[in-house]
Amino acid sequence: MAEDTTSKDYWRWTESNWHDPDMDWREGDIISAGVDVGSVSSQTVIMVDGKLYAYSNMRTGSDSPKSAENAMDWALEGTGMTLDDIHYAVGTGYGRVNVPFAKRAITEIACHARGANFMYGPTIKTVLDMGGQDCKAIRVDQKGKVVSFLMNDKCAAGTGRGMEVFADLLGVHITKVGEMSLQVDEEPPMVSSTCVVFAKSEASALLREGWPKEKVLAAYCLAMAHRVVGLLERLGIEEDFAITGGIAKNIGIVSRVEKELGIKALKPSLDTQIAGAIGGALFATALLKKERKKK
Amino acid sequence: MIANYGYKDGSGEYFISVDTEKCTGCGDCVEACPYGVFEVVEDPMDPLSDDQVAIVTEAERKKIKYTCGPCKPVSDRPPLPCVAACLEHAISHSW
Amino acid sequence: MITAGIDVGAKNVKVIIQEDGKILGKGLVLAGLDTQASIKGAVDAALKDADLASDKVEKVFATGAGRKDVPDADDSYTEVGADAAGAIHLYPQARTVIDVGAEEGRAIRVDERGKVVDFAINERCAAGAGAFTEAMARALELPLEELGRLSLTSTKAVPMNAQCAVFAESEVVSLIHAKTEKQDIARAVHDAMATRITSMARRVGVKPDIALIGGVARNPGFVDSLQRDLETEVLIPEDPEYVSAFGAALLAAGLGK
Repeated sequence: MAEDTTSKDYWRWTESNWHDPDMDWREGDIISAGVDVGSVSSQTVIMVDGKLYAYSNMRTGSDSPKSAENAMDWALEGTGMTLDDIHYAVGTGYGRVNVPFAKRAITEIACHARGANFMYGPTIKTVLDMGGQDCKAIRVDQKGKVVSFLMNDKCAAGTGRGMEVFADLLGVHITKVGEMSLQVDEEPPMVSSTCVVFAKSEASALLREGWPKEKVLAAYCLAMAHRVVGLLERLGIEEDFAITGGIAKNIGIVSRVEKELGIKALKPSLDTQIAGAIGGALFATALLKKERKKK
Repeated sequence: MIANYGYKDGSGEYFISVDTEKCTGCGDCVEACPYGVFEVVEDPMDPLSDDQVAIVTEAERKKIKYTCGPCKPVSDRPPLPCVAACLEHAISHSW
Repeated sequence: MITAGIDVGAKNVKVIIQEDGKILGKGLVLAGLDTQASIKGAVDAALKDADLASDKVEKVFATGAGRKDVPDADDSYTEVGADAAGAIHLYPQARTVIDVGAEEGRAIRVDERGKVVDFAINERCAAGAGAFTEAMARALELPLEELGRLSLTSTKAVPMNAQCAVFAESEVVSLIHAKTEKQDIARAVHDAMATRITSMARRVGVKPDIALIGGVARNPGFVDSLQRDLETEVLIPEDPEYVSAFGAALLAAGLGK
């Protein structure tokens, strides 16, 4: 979908879908799907025998079941596959119980752990998932099992929603925020890292004082990075470390989290927003195998 | 696994931690809590296992600071009913 | 002895000039970018209101989040101390003081002599302060006064799940889309906030009488929800937002506990 730069919808980001043209899914034994219906975005991942075959990433609508169906349809587009060809589907995310065709709903923490293990390999130990309306810190073992976790979905500080508030306030597209926030000569003092409402009123005052947008964004990105580092520190950080979710695409946040932690995050090889759906599809594969064994 | 349920907001960090290695899923904490903060379910973080563990209910996770308030007066704090009831010492509070 | 109390809050600067426990004058100015100018503006307004020259004021005490910004204060006091001093002077029988300001909520328990025994503060989170109702009024496209008034006409309790002002804004928007009556949404907003304030107050132990101070005490919708939640009436002074400044002025005169 082409980005409309004149649009006033500053929260709008680019949707995408993909499938592997070199893979023949008809040869596969197990076709599984993970559908992650988040508060802001929805993804579907389709796997053939545990290998990534197709995915989609799009905005969540006002209706969860419809969003799940849309994400599924878009992942299937051009593959020749239909919903009936999928043996087992798992729903995850905020709207996980509203995925009509899912056999099972699995919490997003378990799915993100498993998905990160697939995306980054068995050396991944700490995952920070920064989603639309929550932020999760997860420690995983080499098999992708959760060792410890915490999730903050009570408060908008440190979430994509908080970033949207700032994109809106400054009239900057959310996809441009990160880059813009780095166009400062030196880092300004941060605004409130604990409450988006207070950070916003501080930022409004700074704008009135004549601060350029870049500097205000830098002050907020710093605050947001500081906030999520505080969450991570509760669990303890062990490398390898990776950031997933929509905010992982924001260089202004990623670079500042790295700087405050003093470690680098692994570079993603796949869209960071599909980690949860990948985990869902992997669990779907495992659950189907377990089911078949029982028979 | 250490499962931390709760949140951090401007006023502080409020997490109830359950150590699932120690938790037997006995449900003593469910009985002990006067406000229904706990429930025992199949471990949601490990979908491939059938183990029963105690978790903090979804509804309470965003407001435990308020729900747990009565058990945590500012001064003269008695032992927490949930922590005291757990013979395996699987439950702890961050605040 | 004539003294002044200056309360530099997050939203407003409030000044009280008092003599022997009687208020002579008051002044309130929106806290702008230039704190010094706002403080001076509020002091000048209070002097004018009292019809006094500044050299008649013998002592000045400051309080509030920005109390360190008052250049010629003789001393400064914490908000908790100033709240208690002001509220107990007005209501000697009060044992619990609840102060809900623009960016902070406080619950204070005092003993028979008006001494602070316990207190709890909610700061750095808008959900437990006036900023919450302001944000919700904006989401409902209503003036704040209207939100409070409208709330009283509600006949239905609608639950609000969001505990964060930002998420609550989205929830209010979905309630509007779901055709929920505006007065019921207004009440839901005040009920949600009252629950948070009550639970903070319960942590220090709620003992009657209860004095409610701070700017949010002017919101009848919030007061109604709070009284329902506390299952008792609260005492509200005429100028609830000035109580902390009054307390500081009393402390400056040696009249506080």
